[in-house]
Amino acid sequence: MKKQNPILDMRGIHKYFTGVKALQNVNFRLFPGEVHALMGENGAGKSTLIKVLTGVHEIDEGTVVMEGNSITISNPLEAQEAGITTVYQEVNLCSNLSVAENIFIGREPRRFGRILWKEMNRQAAQLLKERLNLSINVTLPLDAYSVAVQQLVAIARALNISAKVLILDEPTSSLDASEVRELFTVMRKLKAQGLAILFVTHFLDQVYEVSDRISILRGGEFVGEYLASELPRIDLVLKMIGKDLELLAELPQTGSKELAKKGEAFLQAKGLGKKGAIEPYDLQIDRGEIIGFAGLLGSGRTETARLLFGADRVDSGGLQIAGKTLKIESPRQAISEGIAFCSENRKTEGIIADLTVRENIILALQASRGWFRTISRKRQDEIADEYIKALNINPKNPEQLIRNLSGGNQQKVLLARWLLMEPKLLILDEPTRGIDIGAKAEIQKLVLALSRKGMSVLFISSELEEVLRVSDRVAVLRDRKLVRMMQADELSHENVMKAIAGG
Amino acid sequence: MVKRQYLPILVTVALFILVFLAGSFRYTGFFSMQVLTNLLIDNAFLLIVAVGMTFVIVSGGIDLSVGSMVALTTMLSATLIEQLGWPPSLVIPCVLLFGALFGLGMGAIIHYFNIQPFIVTLAGMFLARGLCYVISINTITIDNAFYKDMAMTKIQLPGGGFISISVIIALAVVLLAIYLAHYTRFGRNTYAIGGSEQSSLLMGLPVARTKMLVYAFSGFCSALGGVVFTFYMLSGYGLHAVGLELDAIAAVVIGGTLLTGGVGYVAGTVFGVLIQGVIQTIINFEGTLSSWWTRIVIGILLFVFILLQRIINVRASKSRAV
Repeated sequence: MKKQNPILDMRGIHKYFTGVKALQNVNFRLFPGEVHALMGENGAGKSTLIKVLTGVHEIDEGTVVMEGNSITISNPLEAQEAGITTVYQEVNLCSNLSVAENIFIGREPRRFGRILWKEMNRQAAQLLKERLNLSINVTLPLDAYSVAVQQLVAIARALNISAKVLILDEPTSSLDASEVRELFTVMRKLKAQGLAILFVTHFLDQVYEVSDRISILRGGEFVGEYLASELPRIDLVLKMIGKDLELLAELPQTGSKELAKKGEAFLQAKGLGKKGAIEPYDLQIDRGEIIGFAGLLGSGRTETARLLFGADRVDSGGLQIAGKTLKIESPRQAISEGIAFCSENRKTEGIIADLTVRENIILALQASRGWFRTISRKRQDEIADEYIKALNINPKNPEQLIRNLSGGNQQKVLLARWLLMEPKLLILDEPTRGIDIGAKAEIQKLVLALSRKGMSVLFISSELEEVLRVSDRVAVLRDRKLVRMMQADELSHENVMKAIAGG
Repeated sequence: MVKRQYLPILVTVALFILVFLAGSFRYTGFFSMQVLTNLLIDNAFLLIVAVGMTFVIVSGGIDLSVGSMVALTTMLSATLIEQLGWPPSLVIPCVLLFGALFGLGMGAIIHYFNIQPFIVTLAGMFLARGLCYVISINTITIDNAFYKDMAMTKIQLPGGGFISISVIIALAVVLLAIYLAHYTRFGRNTYAIGGSEQSSLLMGLPVARTKMLVYAFSGFCSALGGVVFTFYMLSGYGLHAVGLELDAIAAVVIGGTLLTGGVGYVAGTVFGVLIQGVIQTIINFEGTLSSWWTRIVIGILLFVFILLQRIINVRASKSRAV
């Protein structure tokens, strides 16, 4: 490794939120020309560290040294001026403005205070072409482009600010495989140009693919800094989740899952379809069966599930549930038929951030009973305690506002909400997206346990390993079409990949 | 291929031309330069107020205080001139400054206390209207030479027809606003904040300053609208311009600006005002219809335009889902 001084050196960082220690004595260094992965479970303090670095929060104790000078960062503008810029998971640009403006706003080329549009568009196109290999029309509004392009635009903005430190916060979670490859190409290129890149992700493969160095946080504390080449994967996981490693070991591996007994059909869909969303498909789900949905981003996984739940109106086809032919026209009706749907957009379609854990858990049950038959407070407390224990929700305080929980724990609260309804079919759309390995394992275990009790589960996930691990059968989707239903005996990583790729 | 963001404004312009042509075919004497210029003369104050409102709505806010601010301006102007004997050269800068500061104050409250613009400007609306009656509950007639000159002066146009000084002021405001909106950082920051305030903050834009300036600009425009309205009415009265804020909002929305912020054009607002004016003119020409029909038609138009925006948005988000 090159012997050089770190461009950024954070020492003894402390951060408290109303008495809670979010960061405790954390050290973090970044060297120019390297990709440095910041790893940790949910709630480990990654987001907080990034937020203090970018000026969204101020640090309570500790020093930040940038290029040898001690600096204080108290707002995003100061961070930018120091050369630290961030590209967030949810692209934080203005989708109503043009691509060029998104790159330059705040620093537009001007003459006598007048913005020079032509010059700005020219510079934007040049910047995207030369540094990111991206040739697009920069005068179109940003929302004309895919998330992947938007992310590259965000990076271009960061570069234009003459960033020395670029923070990529979960940049890959909404990209498909080829987009991820493109992003990595860009990252390597930028690294070669001497930029220091801080990379946050949940995907271990990606960490090892691009990172030079890895720092690990756990529970708000600094665990250590390692060279990626010298840290075996298993050690990384061990350091991230600490003593909970046995959790992973408990997970049944691919193929070891016992074949579920063929039960009776719970749900049968015939020719169910909706124009523009998903072509007509047939699907049968037996009682106690876990059906996995595999496919690339945008292949129609969610759309398929939404039709079953009545969240979108179907154009064609029909549905039989437990032998009864019926038409599901609203989620409300689906719920009364025993179908529960855990949406992939945890933040916007799932949790209600300003309610407590207890209130979030009882929400669906209360709604199904009607608002005039309230659940007594005592019963609510019992329910909340029961599920907090059963699902290992942290912190174990039912009166905590759900917004203060980490992503994995929010997901568990959502699960609790639907489990409370005792559904016969549980649809899980990306239940483990953006949550840490420990929580992932817990959720997978839970799904298996539920199916053993006779609950049918429809499991949608972008992580193929996960789908294979839990599913009895796997439906493969491609280009908004259910292309293949794979039986237990033909389930293997390779077979499913082939089916997804087609041909 | 027309860009998606220009679609609402094109619809507005087309609608204006259509309504104007319809009027021309139906009524003799409608198709003339003077009918067109009268639209501007009668709506100059509304145009100025609506331009300020455009900025507020583009930034994602709303300003309900503008109508009351117009009334308060007429009241202040009339009192200062008629009862205290101040010269117009002093009165006009004073009321403009007052309007800007009033807006700035509301903007500061909205931003620093993080309160809904709706409720803050609603309070501003009551406050300004109330202040009118504190000054006087009666009409104060203005008998000042300068104001009379401004009211009476007709500027002949080459193609026949004439305009008033107010029209020149209004058009100057429109040009200035277009420049502000598209060629200055203040304008672009306003669009950015309307697109996403959170993102703007993270991009390091001066959100606080921009938001306060937007309301200050709207306050300034409503005071200037008040000055022009004073030229038009030659009096100050607490019941002037009741409900003007709603006309201004309607003009902005019909002009293609999204109520959710981030998208809109000052030029669209001009046509939004003109459409309201031309409908009023048609109803005058018709003679037998109550002037309240203007409101009914505007109401229907608002519905149609909001639906149109919705459809464009939905289609846009669908076409992107790849």
